[in-house]
Amino acid sequence: MQTASRTDESALVAALRAGDERAFMELVQAYSPGMRRLALTFVRTPAVADDVVQESWLGVLRGLDRFEGRSSLKTWIYRIVANVARTRAVREARSAPFSSFAGDDEASVDPERFIADGHWASPVEPWQAVLDAEARDVIDRAIAALPEQQRQVIELRDVQGWPSDEVCNVLELSETNQRVLLHRARSKVRAALDEYLGANR
Amino acid sequence: MIGLRKQKKLTCRELVELVTEYFEGTLSRRDRARFEAHLGACTNCTHYVAQFRETVRLTGTLDESDVSPEAAEALLAQFAEWKREQA
Repeated sequence: MQTASRTDESALVAALRAGDERAFMELVQAYSPGMRRLALTFVRTPAVADDVVQESWLGVLRGLDRFEGRSSLKTWIYRIVANVARTRAVREARSAPFSSFAGDDEASVDPERFIADGHWASPVEPWQAVLDAEARDVIDRAIAALPEQQRQVIELRDVQGWPSDEVCNVLELSETNQRVLLHRARSKVRAALDEYLGANR
Repeated sequence: MIGLRKQKKLTCRELVELVTEYFEGTLSRRDRARFEAHLGACTNCTHYVAQFRETVRLTGTLDESDVSPEAAEALLAQFAEWKREQA
């Protein structure tokens, strides 16, 4: 998904303020799918994620006058999504608690895979050609099982392809923290793929 | 003495913790050199890093679904409502 240039954006914002329905729907088509995916990293149920997206759009419209172009429009919109989703997640957690408190200092690779001097205990087998469709299922499940912040970072960085500074802005993380979360998330997804591919070897 | 002490080599177990930093280009020059020196001599870690790269690539191919007609309709109604508020 590409980000419009700043001039395009101010034209777009002006069109929205003027009540241009088509400009609004273009923006909705471009951003809603990603917004919904982001919402789903905070809340558990698709229906609640749909609510979050809708509520966020209302927040976008009502907040348009406060948009100053200091960040890109997309980043500004995603920050609204994160805020709305965070609030909804608290409410959701009260009614249906779920836990994703996997320990937060886990190793990237199961320590059992190494011998005492830090070398691999057994060979790391290269992956053969991966069937993308099947791999996507494995990845989807692995991401869903991640602790919340790891899920949010990998969703924006690797699924949606955002640069790290914008991810830090949306999720209110430091660069270092973001990188640590991303690394843990990727390591677990790799392990899930390796397990899946290993079972097929 | 500076410059004479031999740099400690990375172990495989240490390397796997640095892959994202390596990809992001945030390792110090020294650590980057140690990382690459290790890769040059270790097939297992070379395979590991290739797997990691493939993981990132595959994660980038997950689908985003389209906006459902119902959702689009609800948003249009909301937009009309907002326009009335503005007027």
